[in-house]
Amino acid sequence: MTRKGLLNLTQERIVLLLTVVMFLTFSISIDRFLQADNILSIVQNVSVLGILGVGMAMSIIGRGIDLSVVAVMAYSVAWALTLFNQDANLPLSLLFGLGFAVLVGLINGVLIAYVEIPAIFATLASGTAVAGFGQFFLVDTDVVFVPGSIGWLASIGSGRTFGVPNSVISLAVVVVVLYWILHRTVFGRYLFAMGDNPKAARVAGIPVRPMMLAQYVLTAIIAFTAGLVTAMAVDSMNTRVVNSTLVYDVILIAVIGGISLSGGRGSVRNVLVGTVMIGVLLNGMTMLNMPYTAQNIVKGAILLIAIIADSVFNPRDEQTSQQGDI
Amino acid sequence: MRTFLKRVLAATALIGLCATGVVAEEWDDGQVKSTREMLKGKRVGFVPLSMGIDLGQVWLAALERDAKRFGYEIVVRESSWNVQSGAQAINQLIGEKVDLLVIHPAEVQAWARLVTKAADAGIPVVQVNMKSPNTGDAYVGANWYDSARLMVEEIHKYCAPANGGNGKIAIVQGVLTSPANYIVRKSMDDFWAQYPGLEIVADQPADYDSTKAKAVASTVLKQHPDLCGFLGMWEVMDMGVAAAVKEAGLQGKVQIVSSGGGEKKSSCDNIENGNFASVVSYEAEDVGFALASVVTSMLQNPPAETGKKPFGVYTPSVAITKDNYKDGMCWDLERVKRNGF
Repeated sequence: MTRKGLLNLTQERIVLLLTVVMFLTFSISIDRFLQADNILSIVQNVSVLGILGVGMAMSIIGRGIDLSVVAVMAYSVAWALTLFNQDANLPLSLLFGLGFAVLVGLINGVLIAYVEIPAIFATLASGTAVAGFGQFFLVDTDVVFVPGSIGWLASIGSGRTFGVPNSVISLAVVVVVLYWILHRTVFGRYLFAMGDNPKAARVAGIPVRPMMLAQYVLTAIIAFTAGLVTAMAVDSMNTRVVNSTLVYDVILIAVIGGISLSGGRGSVRNVLVGTVMIGVLLNGMTMLNMPYTAQNIVKGAILLIAIIADSVFNPRDEQTSQQGDI
Repeated sequence: MRTFLKRVLAATALIGLCATGVVAEEWDDGQVKSTREMLKGKRVGFVPLSMGIDLGQVWLAALERDAKRFGYEIVVRESSWNVQSGAQAINQLIGEKVDLLVIHPAEVQAWARLVTKAADAGIPVVQVNMKSPNTGDAYVGANWYDSARLMVEEIHKYCAPANGGNGKIAIVQGVLTSPANYIVRKSMDDFWAQYPGLEIVADQPADYDSTKAKAVASTVLKQHPDLCGFLGMWEVMDMGVAAAVKEAGLQGKVQIVSSGGGEKKSSCDNIENGNFASVVSYEAEDVGFALASVVTSMLQNPPAETGKKPFGVYTPSVAITKDNYKDGMCWDLERVKRNGF
């Protein structure tokens, strides 16, 4: 929200406007689009994407990025399920899965904060390493099934509470927690300062390196949560998701909602706007039974528009940007 | 003393001779020894799509059972879903001059040239479950065209107006360009006339991803709450479709016809718990049996000219349903892992 004028069009507002227009168009043109059940399902279908999106948003706000989230999500949860299938008890299995995610987050943090490798390369490499390590040591099949005996845990991804799909509630919980962390805690304030200008933040006495460590650990924990919700929603964890383009979709919803890739700007609300937009788009295109290739054209065009809008409305700050920043 | 020593030596030699005689005296039916001799020390290169899926695991188990018994070796080089790394592996195996190549292609065209290259190098090629246009020396695996027919027949059984349904069905595809998906989807179009009365109200891909499949299916169900059935392309992905159906409270009303290799966890368990109405299986374990037999016989009887006289071994397509899933229609990967093939 740097520039006034031009109807005060921040990127978030453009996307929101676009979403409303699409929503109205679909409501008129598609039978049954506008019914409470379908509107809930719009959010439900992108809830995992949204959870990963807020995690990604946090790392981008701190002037980082985490490309390893999908690998962490897949293998930490697949390992936990594998342990559970081998008769370990549930809390212990979950603890091991979570521990693995935290460990990867710590390694990411150390590589980025102390070894000073750019985040994009460090996490690109660690994501590949996690997938390789996971395939070799932790999980021996690509798909790990969730046994019926998983019990209460299943309800975080499937079923409904008071008519609201539980995965939507899971998304809401993550969003509220992240909102609190980013906008109500000292950690959050430091994160924004760090993302805006790391050197100035350091001079001001903010413990930049430990902060980075915490930032990547938190992203990994969110990835683990997203994995659990996914697994419980479809009764299985398919580790082949690491070969998919999911991580780009995650970056897309963060960026499309108006989180500046140059760091220090944005909020959880931006991610929600981006998530809802993709949700409306996917839902409408599926209902229109639009061919896949056409869907890709539409999705790609919208990403381009969002990125162009980003550079117009959030111009780079020449004083703090550096060559090589993404 | 000397004579005594001589006697001891003679006795030892005699005992030694007898002992070796006992070992060498293996009963021979006229074939078993020469079979073992022909197979001993041979090397077979195996390039599966992935060792993380039931297919790769059960086929390797089948190959290794014969390899162990007859003293040949299976060299596994995974392609890990990656056409490039698979091509590299095949090239390397050709360079190593293995005695036979077993490949499980991810794409129809990608490795076609390598099959020819292997033939030129005098290495016989067996393609499993998916083949390039040039077969090499043998194809072992599913008849995808027939699987497609059976899938249409199954959904017709549940949903055609003639059988009491309303005819409305949706198709959830995998990756559009994947050959198994492409061939099956195209072939289905040949059979709508033979099994009339079905109307496709939605036809969307979900990239073999169960999360996407769930999203697509739940959206389709919102738009068509009276949908009769889904045609899926892979059990694991279709579990996402099943989750959407369950969530909409339509389990038992919306029928899902899926397809896959007939493994217990992905096929029979999903019929037992009501997720799927039918799974059209190409019997991956049978593919394993057939593959091992073809490899063992081709190693003993290599083609005179590689790549010139290919033959096919097609496994049957079978519909696993509520009525028959208890009759041992599925095979169990856990059992294979515990006890070998």
